[in-house]
Amino acid sequence: MLQGHAHTYGKNVDTDVIIPGRYCNLTDPVELGKHALEDLDKEFVSRMKLGDFIVAQSNFGCGSSREHAPIAIKGAGVSAVIAKSFARIFYRNSLNIGLPVFECPEAVDGIEAGDDIRVDPATGLIENLTKGTSYTAQALPPFMRALVDAGGLRPYVEQRLRERAAAQSR
Amino acid sequence: MGMTITEKILAKHAGVDGVSPGEIINAKVDLVLANELSAAVAIKEFHRVEGAGRVFDPDKIALVADHFVPAKDPRSAEIASSMMQWAHEQGVKHAFDVGKGGIEHVVLPEEGLIAPGELIVGGDSHTCTYGALGAFATGMGSTDISAAFCLGEVWLKVPQSVKVIYHGALQPFVYAKDLMLHTIRMLGGIDGATYQAIEFTGETIDAMSITGRLTMANMAVEAGAKNGIIPPDEKTFAYVRERTDRAFEPVFSDPDARYERIVEIDAGALVPTVAMPHSPENTVPVTQCEGVKVDQVFIGSCTNGRIEDLREVANILKGKRVAESVRVIVNPGSQKVYIQAAEEGILGLLASAGCAVNTPGCGACFGGHMGTLGEGEICISTTNRNFVGRMGSPKASIYLASPATCAASALTGRITDPRSLPLEPVAV
Repeated sequence: MLQGHAHTYGKNVDTDVIIPGRYCNLTDPVELGKHALEDLDKEFVSRMKLGDFIVAQSNFGCGSSREHAPIAIKGAGVSAVIAKSFARIFYRNSLNIGLPVFECPEAVDGIEAGDDIRVDPATGLIENLTKGTSYTAQALPPFMRALVDAGGLRPYVEQRLRERAAAQSR
Repeated sequence: MGMTITEKILAKHAGVDGVSPGEIINAKVDLVLANELSAAVAIKEFHRVEGAGRVFDPDKIALVADHFVPAKDPRSAEIASSMMQWAHEQGVKHAFDVGKGGIEHVVLPEEGLIAPGELIVGGDSHTCTYGALGAFATGMGSTDISAAFCLGEVWLKVPQSVKVIYHGALQPFVYAKDLMLHTIRMLGGIDGATYQAIEFTGETIDAMSITGRLTMANMAVEAGAKNGIIPPDEKTFAYVRERTDRAFEPVFSDPDARYERIVEIDAGALVPTVAMPHSPENTVPVTQCEGVKVDQVFIGSCTNGRIEDLREVANILKGKRVAESVRVIVNPGSQKVYIQAAEEGILGLLASAGCAVNTPGCGACFGGHMGTLGEGEICISTTNRNFVGRMGSPKASIYLASPATCAASALTGRITDPRSLPLEPVAV
């Protein structure tokens, strides 16, 4: 169960403001996390508390393919991003590194900055504890669900490599 | 039911007869690309994968140091040298350090590493550039790139296709860049084609140079697309055969292929176009922002850093001086472009005109180094993104335009319509 307060943003939050290019020679999640959303909301990192949520309008994460973007958000201690929709590469990167992302336009419309939010990642149930409302995020396609349940892309890759090694030794 | 060119390439690489939009497939890749930034994270991930050890095929991997080269600081030097060291350990031949390559998306087509019908994934969103040669190419993050290094395959959701049909001939001083900026708006903006394949077709594309086509496909991601693709033709085959003797199988969309939508654009009516701050979708005819004073002009990038782009700039700046009030920075897209420009006298001409001519690289475009913008500054640039903070300060503003519009603006220090200049464009 994830629980924290909402930080709300508009549409088309791009990867250049999530983690500016000048920091993209970093790889450490904690270091990257110190600069999360720096060019959009300079106070975000100092204001947020561990486990808080980013709640945004449509096309969150558009622009560059930098995996540094979801790594920075996760590194800052954000528990999940809830948006009306996500840009393709950001969405995929988030699933791969284990940053929970939920597509749910109704929840975004029903959440204000500072609201207390609880999310069950297993079911996609999003509860706004401040307002007493609840929503269900769009379910992942089964293949992606299996990837997430396995703990990201790496276990899947390791499984494929084991299958290949077994096939070769037969 | 027929298939689109994108669906056919995906089906072939998944080893199946047909695929449909929405379906998830496992596809073999012909080439996996990373730059030093995406490689730094991907190689770290590769080392964590149990049983990885060796890459699937060192000849099908390309590594290019281009974002922070020449190194802007010790950390940048280290990630580039670590990537080159890893390339050496893994036997990756197509590894390009500074001085030997240039910007990845200029280098790979130039080196013959891309051919029609192939499937390429890259740790950079502008990997979609290669669709210009009739290939399926898409950008991914580092964990996916690491998986591709290990397996030689990736999982992909088959995208819906959007067909854009262009009619007419581009007017003088109107280029692929203007057409693509206009197209992003026509498709619905920066999420207008999210998760989709954009197929660029029609007589305007048929008449367009390979350089122009690379500019078009490059910015498919600016409409949110998974890939942009152009049906290959004799021009494509000639371009590829000059660079590789590798066998390739071009594919084409069936006449009854399914499209999510078909958009028709009258390219003949288009005028020089500019994307205003702070989004590539904020496009207007140049006449609507003429006269805006600029502090910097940037010419280069994976969008517009090829020799034809530099010839156009040289044609406009020949024998003149750029305005005293403006900094003009030119980055040839690759070492080959740099050498060609030197041989044609373009580098000297630009330097004499007052331009700072830099070594190839991505630095200025993504706010890395070698041309970052300060607070309150305004830049007109041939690059592909003008988001807040993209080229440096979050309080700077960026206008995107063609090399000709940028060169014309360099002369006056203000955004200038290249059609107002007393000269003819060079043939591109």
